[in-house]
Amino acid sequence: MASNYTDRQFQGTYLFDGQMAKKGYGLNKMCYSFNDQAARDEFNADPEAYCEKFKLTQAQKEAIRSRDVIGLLREGGSIYYLAKFTGLLKLNMQDIGGLQTGMTTDEFKAMLERNGRGEV
Amino acid sequence: MANIIGAITTSHIPAIANAMANGLEQTPYWKPFFDGYPPVRDWLNEKKPDVIILFYNDHGLEFFIDKKPTFAMGVADEYYNSDEGWGIPTIPPVTGESDLSWHIANSLVDEGFDMTICQEMKVDHGLTVPLNLMWPGHQYGHVKVIPVCINCEQYPMPQPWRTFELGKAIGRAVASYEKDLNVVVFGTGGMSHQLDGERAGFINRAFDLDCLDKLVSDPEALTKYTNIDLVEQGGAQAVELNMLIAMRGTLLGKVTELHRNYHAPISNTGSGLMLLEHEMPK
Repeated sequence: MASNYTDRQFQGTYLFDGQMAKKGYGLNKMCYSFNDQAARDEFNADPEAYCEKFKLTQAQKEAIRSRDVIGLLREGGSIYYLAKFTGLLKLNMQDIGGLQTGMTTDEFKAMLERNGRGEV
Repeated sequence: MANIIGAITTSHIPAIANAMANGLEQTPYWKPFFDGYPPVRDWLNEKKPDVIILFYNDHGLEFFIDKKPTFAMGVADEYYNSDEGWGIPTIPPVTGESDLSWHIANSLVDEGFDMTICQEMKVDHGLTVPLNLMWPGHQYGHVKVIPVCINCEQYPMPQPWRTFELGKAIGRAVASYEKDLNVVVFGTGGMSHQLDGERAGFINRAFDLDCLDKLVSDPEALTKYTNIDLVEQGGAQAVELNMLIAMRGTLLGKVTELHRNYHAPISNTGSGLMLLEHEMPK
């Protein structure tokens, strides 16, 4: 068995290992805070200040600003915590899927249907 | 003695909770998924289990990555859901089974499974969605639930062979409990899906169906996979198959499949519902 769990890479896949967990700690901690309505309100009132409070890096702040989900993954975001950020933006998993794959939400849903039928 | 009388695999995705809250079960999108459940509900209503041991993963409600247990279990008399960040309505508490939980915890740690033991544990959609699917309208308060939480979010994660062994150890713990209780085991989550990255939307129907077959008749084959194999075959979040594999570990002898409904996609996932019985110890 490989000593490094993420030695094997898959295209378009960002495995959340120790390195990523360290890199993305502040970002994920901020997203985890969004479980509370008060935190969501505080973020919405002043996103920049809220990012600063969790000491996000410049790259992470920029990805938050531009809703760049792939950028957030690259900067150490875990999808489970990022889902709380995108939930705050009222985006569902198909919206996020579209954003990551360069499709519209409807195109992404159509792909899911094809994959679900086993056509791919 | 306590007896495991059967086991169930089911999806646990949040979108199911929304569909049920909005009465969408018979809409064209959801009907093929929800139509699988009545036979399983009928079986549960007939068998009336006292306890459900429920394998799930916490998606960032109780546990953050400041401290991330590999295996955690609840030993409380009651568990609560809470806001997970997107406003799932607050639901009634889940009843626990403290005495059997502690018995299992003692037995597991003595056998070398160093569980994180929780007297307070907020339970997320991974646990509450399956309960509401089995007892719609949140009518699950009469059944006692033992939550067993497996890390599926951050590497390193327990490998399939290990979660299978955990299931076996839980099976032994239940069989050594003196009180007469009927127990059903739920393995929740999966199956193939990938939420993140440019590969998002990946579903592997053939792999899912093969996994369901092997869960019945050849679970050892599934323990040969590493988590990275599961990612390759089923997408990044297919590691949730570990909960189904752990469930299978609790079963003994010949396993009989009473019901199956596979449907894909629901939200981004392949959904595998199965009802299993096994050869109960005498």
